[in-house]
Amino acid sequence: MSNGTRNAILNFLAVGGFVYFLWWAPENLDGYKLRIINLIAINAILGLSLNLVYGMTGMFSLGHAGFMAIGAYVSALLVLTPGQKATMWILEPMVPWLLNLHAPFLISLVLGGAAAAFVGCLIALPVLRLGGDYLGIATLGFAEVIRILIANLIPITNGSLGLKGIPAHTDLWMSYGCLGAVLFFMVRLMNSNFGNVLRAVRDDEVAAKTMGIDTFKIRVLAFTIGCFGGGLGGALLGNLLTTIDPRMFMFIQTFNILMIVVVGGLGSMTGTIMGSVFVTTMLEWLRITESPMTIGSLRIPGIPGMRMLIFSLLLIAVIIFRSQGIMGTREFSWNWFFGDWGDGRKAKGAR
Amino acid sequence: MKSEKKNVLELERVSMRFGGLTAVNDLSLGVPEGGITGLIGPNGAGKTTVFNVITGFYKPTSGSVSFAGQAITGLPPHRVCKAGLSRTFQNIRLFHNGTVLENVMTGSYVRQNGAWWECLSPFIFRCAAIEEREIRESSLALLDRLGLAAQAGVLSSSLPYGAQRRLEIARALATKPRFLLLDEPAAGMNPQESAELLNFIRRLRDEFELTIFLIEHDMKVVMGVCEHIWVMDMGALIAEGAPAEIRENHRVIEAYLGKPDDGEAGRCK
Repeated sequence: MSNGTRNAILNFLAVGGFVYFLWWAPENLDGYKLRIINLIAINAILGLSLNLVYGMTGMFSLGHAGFMAIGAYVSALLVLTPGQKATMWILEPMVPWLLNLHAPFLISLVLGGAAAAFVGCLIALPVLRLGGDYLGIATLGFAEVIRILIANLIPITNGSLGLKGIPAHTDLWMSYGCLGAVLFFMVRLMNSNFGNVLRAVRDDEVAAKTMGIDTFKIRVLAFTIGCFGGGLGGALLGNLLTTIDPRMFMFIQTFNILMIVVVGGLGSMTGTIMGSVFVTTMLEWLRITESPMTIGSLRIPGIPGMRMLIFSLLLIAVIIFRSQGIMGTREFSWNWFFGDWGDGRKAKGAR
Repeated sequence: MKSEKKNVLELERVSMRFGGLTAVNDLSLGVPEGGITGLIGPNGAGKTTVFNVITGFYKPTSGSVSFAGQAITGLPPHRVCKAGLSRTFQNIRLFHNGTVLENVMTGSYVRQNGAWWECLSPFIFRCAAIEEREIRESSLALLDRLGLAAQAGVLSSSLPYGAQRRLEIARALATKPRFLLLDEPAAGMNPQESAELLNFIRRLRDEFELTIFLIEHDMKVVMGVCEHIWVMDMGALIAEGAPAEIRENHRVIEAYLGKPDDGEAGRCK
């Protein structure tokens, strides 16, 4: 049996097994576990989009939370019914044109992403002239500007009261369907010559310019695509949690996604998915360390924030022992899995 | 000989000043089509600055650059490349996280017609998929011609030094240039490697129908391969001519070795 056939069979089995799991899970797992599994997919989408910007094109962006907020708000405002909207705006009345605006969930997802991409593109045009850490600070600032705007544009966003009662449209099929679409897009993109160009801009911008690449245009494009992913993830998150408010989209949100990307490996898509599984489950699972414990005769009272302490230790361990992240810049492939390491980079896209 | 050929690249009274420092002063030169020509001079003479002005990394303070009859003064580097000028760097600049093949494929991007989103479906965008495959094949063919085909899948940073230089040239050739600027191609090479380089440069010119303009410190290479040489010192042109003339030119010798009676006094100026 050739490697190609073997890989095709294994891919089929893996995807089939996963689809079976998605069908099995809602009947057999409780709501808490389902939510974590949903969050893994959403975080993976957000991680992949940030990885495109940071890991693959080399733009240190800290603005993801802002773009998530745009996606979440646009989507939520579109899926809420006029009746719900009429009762929710207490402080100031809602702008009339928005009241009757309504769209199905899937369209609201796309529009949420598109709105984030549009704003991202506008921000990119001035900001991407900066490089390195300066870009990080500037994008961080813009994300905060977006959040403050949302908190103060009360007739549109209901201010810091947030939006409640968003229909819970995000289920496993929806979140993993979106993840599949994003993954397909990313794999095709990164395995094409355009992917080479993105990596070239990251590795050496001067040489990329000499090769006839309009690096500024490429960077704006990659940033805009990344923002679309951020908006999409935010929209899915809003429809999963059913309630959003501006405080959800503070810097810590960007930080969580950045952590997923770095733990998984900058520039590796499979690494980002592994990072998402690891970080999302760990953040939840470590909650048990915050509840009161009895070890022998020793009683430890619950310490709030304990999980973050342990989590930071875990992160330090990752940085010390595997500074390039779980996967480095490599991608998972069955050949690699079975030990035909080769170069490790040539056999991409087996998934 | 020079008068028979048309000049493909013309620099007209180019000056480049950085604040108070004049790196290039009123330089005019015309590079004949199809030739191998060289630009030499002591360290800090402004040679690389001239290359940077030609390839669009610097906009000259005054003067103009034209390539094949088209003004390219102040065009951004990617437009200069599109016009058919390509270059290599003094300190090798490869995409070090990419394989050898990926480096060359990146060079082909400038001549690629398909839009970026056409890679999403090979069934809907058949032309783009065919083009993508052609780029892969022509890149492999190019690597084969430059003797790098066996390393196509290797990370570019793990190549030996001489092969990295050749890969940088291969990547420049992938942009389908008609004019190639080589910035110190023999830097860091041992005598045997630089002897091979002579034939390699001639072969490049003949096989790829290029005009080659190079900066070089290794006089064996310069004298061995160039048909015409310009000499710069302190930002200005001090001599030009065939290698034999340059070798005899006393101003060139002075620029490199100093005046015989200059001594300590000259250095204190």
